Amino acid sequence: MFVRRASPLHAARATAGALFCIAGATLGGVVSNPMVTLAVGVAAFAMAASCGVGREVAGSLRLSIPLSVVLVIINVLVVRRGLTVFARLGEIPPFGQVDLTVEALVAGGLVALHVIAVMAWASVFARCVNPDGLLDAFRRLSFRSALSATLATRLVPVLTRDAERFAEAQRCRPDGAGGARGRVAVVRAVATGALDRALDVAATLEVRGYAVAGRPPRRRGARSRHDLALLAAAAALVAITVYAIAAGPGYDPYARLSPPAAGSSLLLSAAVLAVSLAPMADRRGIDL
Amino acid sequence: MSPVLSLQGVTYRYPGADGDALRDVSLDVAPGEFVVLAGLSASGKSTVLRAAAGLVPHFHGGTFAGRAVVAGMDTREHGPGDLAAVAGTLFQDPETQSVMATVRAELAFPLENRGWPAGAVARGVEEVALALGIEALLDRPTPELSGGELQRVALGAALAGRPRIVLLDEPTSQLDPVAGDELVWLLRRLNEEWGTAVVLAEHRLERCLAHADRVVVLDDGAIACDAAPSDALAWAAERAPALQTPAARLFARAGLRPPPASVRDARATLRGHGLIDDDAVAVPPAAPAAKRRRSRDAALAFEHAWHELRGGRAILRGVDLVVEPGERVALMGRNGAGKSTLLRHAAGLLAPTRGRVRARGRVGLLLQSPGDYLVHERVGDEAPAAALAAVGLAGVVDRHPRDLSGGQRQRLALAIVMGGSEAPACLCLDEPTRGMDRAVKGELADRLHALDAAVVVATHDPEFAVAVAERVVLLADGRVIADGPAREVLSGGWYFATETARVLGGLGGALTPEEGAELLRDKLVTGVAP
Repeated sequence: MFVRRASPLHAARATAGALFCIAGATLGGVVSNPMVTLAVGVAAFAMAASCGVGREVAGSLRLSIPLSVVLVIINVLVVRRGLTVFARLGEIPPFGQVDLTVEALVAGGLVALHVIAVMAWASVFARCVNPDGLLDAFRRLSFRSALSATLATRLVPVLTRDAERFAEAQRCRPDGAGGARGRVAVVRAVATGALDRALDVAATLEVRGYAVAGRPPRRRGARSRHDLALLAAAAALVAITVYAIAAGPGYDPYARLSPPAAGSSLLLSAAVLAVSLAPMADRRGIDL
Repeated sequence: MSPVLSLQGVTYRYPGADGDALRDVSLDVAPGEFVVLAGLSASGKSTVLRAAAGLVPHFHGGTFAGRAVVAGMDTREHGPGDLAAVAGTLFQDPETQSVMATVRAELAFPLENRGWPAGAVARGVEEVALALGIEALLDRPTPELSGGELQRVALGAALAGRPRIVLLDEPTSQLDPVAGDELVWLLRRLNEEWGTAVVLAEHRLERCLAHADRVVVLDDGAIACDAAPSDALAWAAERAPALQTPAARLFARAGLRPPPASVRDARATLRGHGLIDDDAVAVPPAAPAAKRRRSRDAALAFEHAWHELRGGRAILRGVDLVVEPGERVALMGRNGAGKSTLLRHAAGLLAPTRGRVRARGRVGLLLQSPGDYLVHERVGDEAPAAALAAVGLAGVVDRHPRDLSGGQRQRLALAIVMGGSEAPACLCLDEPTRGMDRAVKGELADRLHALDAAVVVATHDPEFAVAVAERVVLLADGRVIADGPAREVLSGGWYFATETARVLGGLGGALTPEEGAELLRDKLVTGVAP
């Protein structure tokens, strides 16, 4: 959820922030060099800390690390490629003959690194980019779809609060409707109430004139220093992505287990960190 | 001048309903008029407002007869979207009235829907924010706002396009009294400065009658009275006593006329009769000190209880409080004083970070929204039959809990917390009268009096506190600042005082209209101060 803080990313237009985050996440997702992917992940967490949402973004690890572990295990068990066998498990249905290879383990680790980096950037996006700003931009393309998306996200905190209240009320019942039964009751009550909540919100939309809304007006205004810095950084991240894919030090653990050339990897990683963090250095005009 | 709202013979039935929600309602509201809609729950107040906003029948469906015209637009031809340009609407629940993530976007939304150019939208947002005093909130995310702030923002969204009429459906029912009073004052100011007509449905008439030009009373879907506030109160004295304000009841019982629409009017009349003397207005009495009570046999005892948030402030600061078996205590204090936290400690939902809380048996807790307790498809599945019978719901065991009225839902929630194999030694209630009409409040007070268990009620409503409790505990910043008999705590204050006490300036310690009327009658007869 969007958290308001004093930071260059928060102070910038939502479209600039979104492009920057999308460029970072794309780089983290497509570049095969593990050192560069690691740098992309580190950049996300460092950026989050400088934007005042470090704790919230670190929370993304609670989801991304278990997911990564699962991905590594599946990769090792399923992928048959690689020559360096470190364990022979024999016949295991449904996988058949299972030989675990170091190459599959490393490749799984690389996928996990991608997942962690992309999720960290996605988390920065969610915490720092104002959804209303994005909606403004998107509404000119598809007003109703954009509004539906916003309303869906708006209902989330409302229903979360409802669930907390329901759960507290269940704890007050003398028959102690706790445990799994109590949780099911709460989920059912929230789901039932969601329809009422949605109807209330729909009535509000009606009386705010949504039904007769046309295409919203275009908003013009000077771009701030943070807009320009983030757009420039986004362009630079795209350039790094293109270079890394086309001519950069790639890495395929199944073809060669040893890491790619350290020099060019380090250089590219340093560039990623510098480009990602540079827009955060200018703290002028970011007050709440 | 043509009316800004005109209902002519409107009869309406919701889809699937057995009866009409509105019956032949005819009503004109002139430009710049401030009209209060009064009536008990389910009398048709909300439906009138929804008909004026075009939601009835366009949004709700159903059968509609008659004619509703808003600023020249007939609702049969124009839906809520068109009417939004001339009529702003505000509902009860602040949470479901914000549809955008920030306040600025929320205020801009109705203007953008109307196709205003960007510059005009920006200006409209600034102006309405300044008018409502919410400019500091403009860049705040809406989920972070308090109920009062959110309701102001929703009012801002309703007013942003400078509508000719604003329709408000119990907008203060979910707010604490201070936020509620502020909202009503704000409406009066907008009504006077912008000339916006206001139609306000409200249960707590004493909050808004002083500002009203007219009161329209609805009863079972039909208009029962349409008169100036004072005349409407006189009518209520004869025909609908549950709608009388405490000051009006005081006057009626003392045989004084006209019924006052505000404390100021009441005091002016009493002054005219020589019944009160402004020079002799009692200063608020010193807060009664808490008597030292033994906690060993108490139904509920807080012993130096603290609740400190990790990395935050202390909500309770060394509270010592003993509630004897069968005793009825009202907890009062402004929002954030620690009332709800205290009750959650009593029920074991929270544990004190220092000190301790002891109870002689089970502590039942009825939270603010009784609907939160209702998770089954059938009333009979929610609570034991004996508990349902005890609250008078034995006849509705096969109905769906969501189909019950507000008062019935609360009785059902009460049956749930009172049910179970072990009867509670103490029953705690957190703001049980929010959004209730006076008749339902009276029923609840009677029901609480009939209980054997000790009762602790957190409330902002001094009249309800007096009706329920013999002892009042005042909290401020997590500390007990007054603890004593209701008569001592609630008779001399300004905010923590009943309307009768405010009218009489603490005279004779009278708290209820009945007590006050007796004092006034004595004074009228003997001419001697009691």
